[in-house]
Amino acid sequence: MDNGRGKGADRLGAGYEARVPHVRELGMRATEVGAERVVMLQPYQERLVGNPETGVLHGGVVTTLIDSACGLAVLAAMDDPGPIATLDLRIDYLKPATPGKDLLATASCYKLTRHIAFVRATAHHDDADDPVAAAQATFIIKSSGGGLEADRRGA
Amino acid sequence: MTLVEILDQARKSGDFSSFAEAIPYARFIGISAAEREGALISTLAFREGNVGNPALPALHGGVVGAFLETAAIFELLWARETVSLPKTINVTVDYLRPAGPRDCHARGVITKQGRRIANVSVEAWQRDPANPVATANCHFLLRAD
Repeated sequence: MDNGRGKGADRLGAGYEARVPHVRELGMRATEVGAERVVMLQPYQERLVGNPETGVLHGGVVTTLIDSACGLAVLAAMDDPGPIATLDLRIDYLKPATPGKDLLATASCYKLTRHIAFVRATAHHDDADDPVAAAQATFIIKSSGGGLEADRRGA
Repeated sequence: MTLVEILDQARKSGDFSSFAEAIPYARFIGISAAEREGALISTLAFREGNVGNPALPALHGGVVGAFLETAAIFELLWARETVSLPKTINVTVDYLRPAGPRDCHARGVITKQGRRIANVSVEAWQRDPANPVATANCHFLLRAD
């Protein structure tokens, strides 16, 4: 952990998935949460398919997994995780996801400023060096302080 | 029936809803599409399950991105004369404001369509088309027919 940043990673625990309805609905879960990188897993499901003939997951599932992993990477990099929002997200689709296989996203917040977080991510199956998609995103950090507790109260 | 056959039929009948319904993921998040005043409008029905931030509440950014990409593909399939499924090369989404707990609508505009590549821009709004919640720019690879 550089410069003492990223204390947020220790505080996030497994609660992140439970607090985000759409993440819960998809059955997505974080398998690794650290200030340097996070990994999220999306189990393969037939209802998430884009083309029933091929069984390939819809690009939107890749988008949601990557956006979620990027957001978690930002929270994990923050000392006091608070409300954040995606500013922009670019995804390059490198190859179709393999039908029947779970999808993983590895994301790193490589630069965190007071107001903006910069994130890179890939989506892949077992081999992280052979990605399905590559992405770059920025997030706005909405306020400092208050943190997760304030967010949870809906303040 | 294959997706391409369903698409062909949808285009001939002018009713695009059957094509949207044939895509499992589009059904899962609640996307439909219909022609209105000569334009194809895609709609993302509000569902609690699509919420990303329950405090606001706001739709998950991934769902909004997925909706924009789908709306762009629908526009391309609607407007093109040939029937085939485009492959997404990339999507860039700009999030302009939180998408609240209500239906979202989107319309794509084909900026450029070449022999192999199409560029589609798409805007999503909720109450007012003049106040989009998100916009996206997408590149697609069109199969040689």
